[in-house]
Amino acid sequence: MSAPLLEVRDLAKSFESGGGLLGRRSGARLQAVRGVSFDLAPGETLGLVGESGCGKTTVARMVVGLIAPSDGRIVFDGVETASAGHVDRAAMRGKVQIVFQDPYTSLNPRLRVAEIIAEPLLNLGVSRQEAQRRVAELMATVGLQPEHMSRFPHAFSGGQRQRIGIARALAPRPRLIVCDEAVSALDVSIQAQILNLLADIQRDFALTLLFISHNLAVVRHLCHRIAVMYLGQIVELAGETQLFEAPLHPYTQALIAAVPEPDPDWAPAVAELAGDLPDPSNPPAGCAFHARCPRAQEDCRQVMPVLRELAPGHHVRCHYPG
Amino acid sequence: MTSDAMLAVEGLDVSFGQLRGRIKVLDGVSFAIAPGEVLGLVGESGSGKSVTALALMALLGEQGRIDAGQILFEGRDLAGLSPAEMLQIRGRAISMIFQEPTTSLNPVLPVGFQIAEVLIAHLGMGRTEALRQAASLMKQVGIPAAAERVGDYPHQMSGGMRQRVMIAMAIACRPRLLIADEPTTALDVTMQAQILRLIKELQTREGMAVLMITHDLGVIARVAHRVAVMYAGQIVESGPVRDIFRQPRHPYTRMLLRSIPRVGRRQTRLRAIAGTTPSAAAMPSACRFHPRCPDAIAICRSQAPALETTEDRQVRCWRADDSGLISQEAG
Repeated sequence: MSAPLLEVRDLAKSFESGGGLLGRRSGARLQAVRGVSFDLAPGETLGLVGESGCGKTTVARMVVGLIAPSDGRIVFDGVETASAGHVDRAAMRGKVQIVFQDPYTSLNPRLRVAEIIAEPLLNLGVSRQEAQRRVAELMATVGLQPEHMSRFPHAFSGGQRQRIGIARALAPRPRLIVCDEAVSALDVSIQAQILNLLADIQRDFALTLLFISHNLAVVRHLCHRIAVMYLGQIVELAGETQLFEAPLHPYTQALIAAVPEPDPDWAPAVAELAGDLPDPSNPPAGCAFHARCPRAQEDCRQVMPVLRELAPGHHVRCHYPG
Repeated sequence: MTSDAMLAVEGLDVSFGQLRGRIKVLDGVSFAIAPGEVLGLVGESGSGKSVTALALMALLGEQGRIDAGQILFEGRDLAGLSPAEMLQIRGRAISMIFQEPTTSLNPVLPVGFQIAEVLIAHLGMGRTEALRQAASLMKQVGIPAAAERVGDYPHQMSGGMRQRVMIAMAIACRPRLLIADEPTTALDVTMQAQILRLIKELQTREGMAVLMITHDLGVIARVAHRVAVMYAGQIVESGPVRDIFRQPRHPYTRMLLRSIPRVGRRQTRLRAIAGTTPSAAAMPSACRFHPRCPDAIAICRSQAPALETTEDRQVRCWRADDSGLISQEAG
């Protein structure tokens, strides 16, 4: 395997929480991300899945440099871009881009489409003439018509706005694109168009993608490898086939079984998960999943399992995997 | 439409807007639900599925109006009832749960009181008895330590627990029809599985009919007996769930089923539906799906197809009897 494009090591992020309106009570610290490590090879698509509050979006924001980690480090293309309390945005200028979930709020409503897509290019010092040429090319790539160029975002449907967001992300010829729930707000018939577009640009531009989603089916469709997160930690990390055909962590198994398949004769393989997510500002001792786990033993309540490689490329954080 | 239906919606037209420039959002919507049956109403944004629910509950608001059609509930036409008469039905014989439990609950009232209010208002129950009954309902919908949580405020509960409270309110008067509008869309997938199972259990135990409105064909497959597919303000296909999923006859249904990524197997490429869903203000003429349909022929562009019934299925397509297609399926 070639050298990774992105190395994420022991990444952690905590936020102040519950400080009260007047800030009199000292707030609890909410550990949004706890010791997350993974590599991304050039040209690879890694999926980061989990339910609300698992920390996946916080990881995405740290990778693109929107927030600084509390601990750990991020190395992009051999250069350290983030460490505890520090972000070096210049080191990844233009090379790391993000596509957001909500195409309605992530585009400047006062700019025309051509200006939105050209903005990151002009920021990098590209000439107006060259930027204009690139905009036309990018719009064709993402399936927008040339006459769309002078329109404002409100004139577009959700799917078309997401195409604009993708064109803007592609503009500075990035090496890595982080997609944060990029298709979650779209209707299924449109979602399929955008997923196909992402697969095309990934192939055509040899892009590396970090794909954040709560939708397991979407992640399976698009990703080579998948990391499953629970309460701020990666609990399982494996190749697409390994993870979906032979998941080893009980949470992954329950998560996959909970997705309703569009097939009336389909029945889930394992029992559905009982209970609710624990309070992230007060995570349980031992394994974060033990309170909801059908397999939990005494040691699960006391000792936090480490992420172990049980088969080549298949990592699991569980005392009793299988 | 069968005469044993508990709810029979026939030719429902609904429009929104001011006197001039009214926009028609439902066009000839017809379907029926038998007692104890779960009908799934599926469609994408703007298809009219939620407006259909609001019309049934007489909650269209100032701007909305039923222009034609009937809503026969146990033989009475709800479209012709006065607001006072509708109050007797809504929340009692027919109740509804919404997508967003956070905004549907009163934030400054304990959840137990909100459930008790329903019992006091509709059944004339005394306060003490209503509160006792509220705790019992909270237990029935699977809220742990229900008796101690009667005094909790909505913000003290998770999204899943709040949706359970909404369900407890909806079933408080033992309705004969429950309308559930995207009840699990705001929830995480493991919580969705729990809530769908709860709705299904209550439906079986109480024998109530359910109209399940969703954009998610997976949810339909999991809970519904029959399904009606909406596109651009019309029902385009309906029938027993297994038949529709195994042998969809409308090109929209067929293509929709194929455009969904599946967790159980990896597809090489998704079969997307080209174009976008039309807006109510600019409906395509003739067949509303024709601009996106690979099988469209001349008649599809010039004349609107009717919803044709064959045995227990209905389909609105000129080419429903031409087998195969989606332009001959090459590649």
